[in-house]
Amino acid sequence: MENNERPLVPQKLVTAHLLIAVLYIFIAVLAGLTFSLQFIDLYPFKGVALFSPGRVRMVHTQSVAYAWLANAFFGVIYYMIPKLTDRRIFSEKLGWFVFYAYNFLIFATVALILGGHAQGLEWAETPKILDPLIAVVVVLYVVNVVAAVWRARSKPFYVSVWYVLAALIWTPLVYLMGNFLPEYVFAGTSGAAISSMYIHDLVGLFVTPIGTAMIYYLMPVLLKRPLFSHALSLIGFWGLAFFYPLNSTHHYLYSPIPMWSQYAGIVASVGIHVVVYTVVFNVIATMAQDWKKAMTDIPLRFLFVGTICYLITCVQCAVQVTLSVQKIIHFTDWVVGHSHFVLFGVFSFWSFAWIYYLLPRLLKTPMYSQSLMNWHFWLSTGGIFLMQFDLLAAGLVQGMMWANLAPFIDSVAASIPFWWVRMFSGMMIFVGESVFLINVYMTWRLSRGVREPAAAAVPVGA
Amino acid sequence: MSSAQRFERFSSVFLLAGLGSLVVAFLVLGLAPASMVNKSELNDVAASVPEDFQPYYKDAAAYRAGLLRGRDHYIAEACWHCHSQYVRPVSNEALRYGPVSQPGEYQNVLSRPQLFGTRRVGPDLSRESGKHTNDWHFAHLYNPKSVEPQSVMPVYSWYFELKKKDGSGLKPGENENSPDVVILPRQEAVDLVAYLQWLGNQVSSRSGTTYDPGAIVMPPRE
Repeated sequence: MENNERPLVPQKLVTAHLLIAVLYIFIAVLAGLTFSLQFIDLYPFKGVALFSPGRVRMVHTQSVAYAWLANAFFGVIYYMIPKLTDRRIFSEKLGWFVFYAYNFLIFATVALILGGHAQGLEWAETPKILDPLIAVVVVLYVVNVVAAVWRARSKPFYVSVWYVLAALIWTPLVYLMGNFLPEYVFAGTSGAAISSMYIHDLVGLFVTPIGTAMIYYLMPVLLKRPLFSHALSLIGFWGLAFFYPLNSTHHYLYSPIPMWSQYAGIVASVGIHVVVYTVVFNVIATMAQDWKKAMTDIPLRFLFVGTICYLITCVQCAVQVTLSVQKIIHFTDWVVGHSHFVLFGVFSFWSFAWIYYLLPRLLKTPMYSQSLMNWHFWLSTGGIFLMQFDLLAAGLVQGMMWANLAPFIDSVAASIPFWWVRMFSGMMIFVGESVFLINVYMTWRLSRGVREPAAAAVPVGA
Repeated sequence: MSSAQRFERFSSVFLLAGLGSLVVAFLVLGLAPASMVNKSELNDVAASVPEDFQPYYKDAAAYRAGLLRGRDHYIAEACWHCHSQYVRPVSNEALRYGPVSQPGEYQNVLSRPQLFGTRRVGPDLSRESGKHTNDWHFAHLYNPKSVEPQSVMPVYSWYFELKKKDGSGLKPGENENSPDVVILPRQEAVDLVAYLQWLGNQVSSRSGTTYDPGAIVMPPRE
C-alpha cells in the first residue's frame, strides 16, 4: 500500500474523460444521422462545402472511435487499473495534460476534416499534420498508466489488467504503422496490406481488449459474484493475442493483395470463434449466478445486450470472412451494419454500463432519472437491432443485384427503402443518446448543487 | 509458480502478447505481402497531356500536378468511401467494370495512400477512364441528378462558378436557370475530372469519349 495522501483513483480526471465522452457520442450520432439523410434525398446542407456529406461521414466515424470510445476508455482505465493494481498512475498532472491535448486534437481533427484536409486512409482520416501529435499524446497516456502496472508487477494480475496492458502496447504501435507507412512508404497494393492491418487492429487490438477488460471487471462487481472461470479468461486472452493480429487481410478479400495472405487472414479469422465463445460463455455463466438482478439493473442490462451483440457480431465475422460469402456481401451495406453492431452494439453499450456505474460514484450524486436511463436503454437497443437487420438485408439485395449484372443504378433504387429504415433506426439511437446526454447533464448539475460529499452517495443499482 | 500463472505476469503479457504477437503479424501479413508487391520505384503517372485536357494543362508537368490536386480533392470529399478502386475476379465484376485489377497497377504516386475503398454506394472507379465524357463528369459533379435522376451522390456545386455569357458576374436574384447564365468548372473541378479520367487509363487505353469493350478480358464463367 502506498501512502494515502492522495486518493488511489484520479477521480476528477476520470470524471472529465467520461463527461466529455458523453458529449461526443451525441455529436457522433448526430453526424451519422445527418449523413443518412443524404441517401433519402433530404440532406439539409446541399451544396455547402463545409458540411458536405462525405466530410460529415468522416466526422461521424472519427468521433465514434477517437472521441467517444477513446475518451470513455481512457477514463475507465484510469479507474480500473489503480483499483486492480493498488498503485496510482504515474502523474495526475500528466493525465490532465493528456486530457486537454487529446481533446484539443479532436476539435482540430473535426475542424480540418470539415475544411477539406482529411487523410485518405480508412479509420485514419485524421489530418496528416495531426498524426504525429496524436501519437505523442497517446504514448504519454500509455506511459502514465503502464507505470502503475509496472510498479505492481510482482503480483499475478486479474484478467482485466492483461487486456489493458496488451492494448496499451498495441495501440501506439498500430497507430504509427497505420498512419505513416501507407501514407509515406508503401503505395497501392502494398499500402493496402498495411492499411488492412490498421483497419482491423484498431478494432481488434484497441477497442476489443479494452472493452473485454471493462466487462470482466464490471460484471462481477455489479453482481457481487465471482467470475465464472479464470482459466477460460486465460484462453480467451491468449486466443485474442494470437489470432486477432493475423486477421487483417480479410478486409480486402479478392483484392490484388497476394492470395496466400488473404487465405491466412481467413483462417485466423475463423480462429476468432475460440476467443468469442470463451469470453461470452464466461460472461454469461457469471451472469447466470443471479439472473434476476442481471435483468433488472440497467448497467447490467447494457452489459448483457452488449454481450449478445458481441456474440452475434463475432459469429457473423467468422462467417462473412469466407470467400463464398465475400463474393456477395463485400462493398455492400452488410459491412456497414456489421461495423455499427461492433462499435455501438457492443463497445458503446459496455461503455454506457460503465458510465452509469461510475458517474454516480464520482459525482457523489445518484443518476438524475431512472426512467431516462430506461429510455436510453430501450431506444439504443431497438435502434441498433433494427439498423443491423435492415443493413444486412440491404447488403444481400445489393450484392445479389451486382452479381446478377443489374444496372448499377437499379441497386441504388432498390436500396432506398432500406435507407429510410436505416434513417429511422438512426433516429431512435439519436433520441436515445439525447436522453443520455440530458440525464448525465442533469446529474452533473445536481452534483454541483449538492456540495456536501456525503449527502447523496447512493450508487445506482446498489 | 504454476505454468498457467506464467502467462499472467507482466513480462509475458508485455513481451509475448503485446509486442510479440503484433510484430509477428506485422512481418507475416504486413511486410511480407507488401514487399512482394512493392518495387523500388514508382511508375510515372503520365508521359503527356491527353488531347481533351490540353486546353487545361500546358505540359505534362502541369498535368501531373493537376492529377495530384485532383486526387487530393477525391480524398478531401471522401469520394473513396462510396467508390472502390479495384475490380474483383468474382461476381461478374470484370463484365461490369473491366479487367480484374493487378497488383502492379497501383505502383504510382497517385496510389499513395492507396484508395481501394471498402464500400460501393456508387460504382467502382478503377476503370473509369473514358467511360464518360469530360462534360458528363462536369455536369455530374455539379448536380448528379442532371445525368442520373436516381443518383444519391452529393452535389459538388462549389467546384463551379456561375457567370453571364459575356463574362460578367450574376446580378442579385439571378441563378443557374436565368437566361445567359453559364456554369463554369473551377480549377478544382478540372483537376478532379482529370484524376477520374486518369483512373485505369493504363489498362483501358482511353479513347477520350467511350469505353472500349474490346479491352475486356472475359473471365471463365463460375
